[in-house]
Amino acid sequence: MPLDLHRIDDRLIHGQVVVGWGQPLELRVIVLVDDEVAGSEWEQDLYRMGVPPDMTVVFCSAADAIARHAEFVRDPRHAMLLTGDIETMARLCAALPAIRRVNLGGIHHRPGRHQRLRYVFLSDAEEEALRALAARGVEITAQDLPAARPVPLGELLAGTRSS
Amino acid sequence: MSDAPAPRAVVLGHAGFAAGIVSAARAIAGDVAAFAVVSNEGLDTAGIEAVLTTHLAQGVTVVFTDLPAGSTTMAARRLQRTYPALVVVTGTNLPLLLDFAFADGDPADAARAAADRARQAVLVSGGTR
Repeated sequence: MPLDLHRIDDRLIHGQVVVGWGQPLELRVIVLVDDEVAGSEWEQDLYRMGVPPDMTVVFCSAADAIARHAEFVRDPRHAMLLTGDIETMARLCAALPAIRRVNLGGIHHRPGRHQRLRYVFLSDAEEEALRALAARGVEITAQDLPAARPVPLGELLAGTRSS
Repeated sequence: MSDAPAPRAVVLGHAGFAAGIVSAARAIAGDVAAFAVVSNEGLDTAGIEAVLTTHLAQGVTVVFTDLPAGSTTMAARRLQRTYPALVVVTGTNLPLLLDFAFADGDPADAARAAADRARQAVLVSGGTR
């Protein structure tokens, strides 16, 4: 399967994505789905500077990503689809039943969020959105790096929250 | 009131990178450069930018980062839009910080010169083929 990972990571393109996942998965394409970045040449140049020469970044709005998802799946190159927030990934999953698994890679502290893991902080609304996704059959695990243990959503949300 | 010199540069890295490499630089050079240390631990890009901004507001114009593809570098480069005079140097190594630490004059010029010399400090020797 060429579209190897659907990941939520608020840092978008960064070291864990490009090196940590990029090297073992031999990623050649990152599909970065973010409405704001898709509308800003300056932001796109910034992210292009962060990837090696043999890696292509495709910038999409959520609507474009939905329209082009089948094209990404057909592409024989190994790829990761990346969103910066749960809301955007939930939009994709609602429109694309082909997305069966979602990786929580990094959702960091902000006011109103509670810590679930070292790298996952969630608000009540975000937890509810993840539960709704899981109820539709999407398998959700938290895993920042390939060598880390994937933490299933049920286990993630069952633990004690800390502010 | 502290007598500590104001930082001339920020060293920004993943996890304990900045604290470790600045500790090594200070062991060799003393505290001559007054580096400020920032880690990305637990911060999203906006959080890193917020921490960096506090240093830039105090007059720092040079940021040394570790990984060109990292969130550290992304955050620093994004701030160049607001602070056009900001110099961001990626791929920081110990020779780079030491060269900067001993340089006088404009920090931006010192950072560029240190980066040129630091590239030459990455050497490979030995081994057989």
